[in-house]
Amino acid sequence: MKLLFDLFVSFFQIGLLSFGGGYAAMPLIREQVVDLHGWLSMSGFGDIITIAEMTPGPVAINCATFVGIQVAGIPGALIATLGCITPACIIVTTLAYVYYKYKGLETVKAVLAALRPAIIAMIASAGLSLFELALAPEGSFVWTEAPFNVVALAVFILAFIVCRRFKANPIWVIAGSGLVTFCLFLIF
Amino acid sequence: MNKKLFTLFFATLKISAFTFGGGFVIIPLLRRKFVEDLKWIDEEEMLDLIAVAQSSPGAVAVNASILVGYRVAGLLGAFVSVLGTIIPPLFIISVISFFYRAFRDNRFVNVFMAGMLCGVAAVILDVVISMLGILFKNKEKDKGRFITFDRVLSLILLVGAFVANRYFKINIIFIILACALFGVARSFYEKKKGGNRS
Repeated sequence: MKLLFDLFVSFFQIGLLSFGGGYAAMPLIREQVVDLHGWLSMSGFGDIITIAEMTPGPVAINCATFVGIQVAGIPGALIATLGCITPACIIVTTLAYVYYKYKGLETVKAVLAALRPAIIAMIASAGLSLFELALAPEGSFVWTEAPFNVVALAVFILAFIVCRRFKANPIWVIAGSGLVTFCLFLIF
Repeated sequence: MNKKLFTLFFATLKISAFTFGGGFVIIPLLRRKFVEDLKWIDEEEMLDLIAVAQSSPGAVAVNASILVGYRVAGLLGAFVSVLGTIIPPLFIISVISFFYRAFRDNRFVNVFMAGMLCGVAAVILDVVISMLGILFKNKEKDKGRFITFDRVLSLILLVGAFVANRYFKINIIFIILACALFGVARSFYEKKKGGNRS
């Protein structure tokens, strides 16, 4: 019982204090999970970060589930995940209420107008990081002497055309890109 | 109402199962479903919701789902969409945690993931282009002019935020605070001036 309570409190803190996305949350998660409670070793932490990047869903939620299972089985996973999302549920619903109540005010309009370009810039920056990761030469399996992953670039361009030109559903573009790359890997 | 909640639940469930590569990936997926397909939320409102999701603590994907759910069906909607969003990672990680070393080191899994990452990068580029189109679209008050005060200002904020985040590694929350302060200052300046430029 004490363990479940600790899990909840730890992940509540992670959920409350992590601003700016999953990568900003990593040092916080490490502090709680490795340094403070010793639920995972440093190499175990490295493993979960790799797994979290390979699977869908937010890094913090993935870590909560993984750590919870390792420490206290399925109830642990549920409690840790619940702890992780509780702060967001309270804060975000409050902000949503405030947004819909006051979005007509001139000052709020001006703030939102100033945020829009910044948000697009953040998305572009995250996209560029993913693009670099996708084209990293160590990921290539054909023409390994090329300075970047040629297959990845081809898949990227193809996926972009399908998205832009044919307005394909992004879910199928993402899944399709995985499938095409996989088939190319089997062929070559 | 019930039908709406069902749609909300299954939409967020499906979307969450495909948000590889960080919280921002959920944005093109949510936009496609709720703005383009269902037309429950309009384009500019979606950008505002993303701004709120980004300025709140916690995972961007969870925050964005809460906001979309709240917008569509109030508190119950927020609850349903959070549930839809956390079930896929909860389930997938629970299953994988029993054989995660084999999963992590599997060549085939890695190739598939590397391919999906290319798709994710393409999807994000596509959504950025669409959003830029909305940001710089012609408004009535522009009277057909190409260079306007609003557009120049947006461009400066856009480039400034990009450089600050990417090259100076400034945490997103500070960039958002700076832009919000700028917005407040501008609105006070214009009120004082009494101008009708909004």
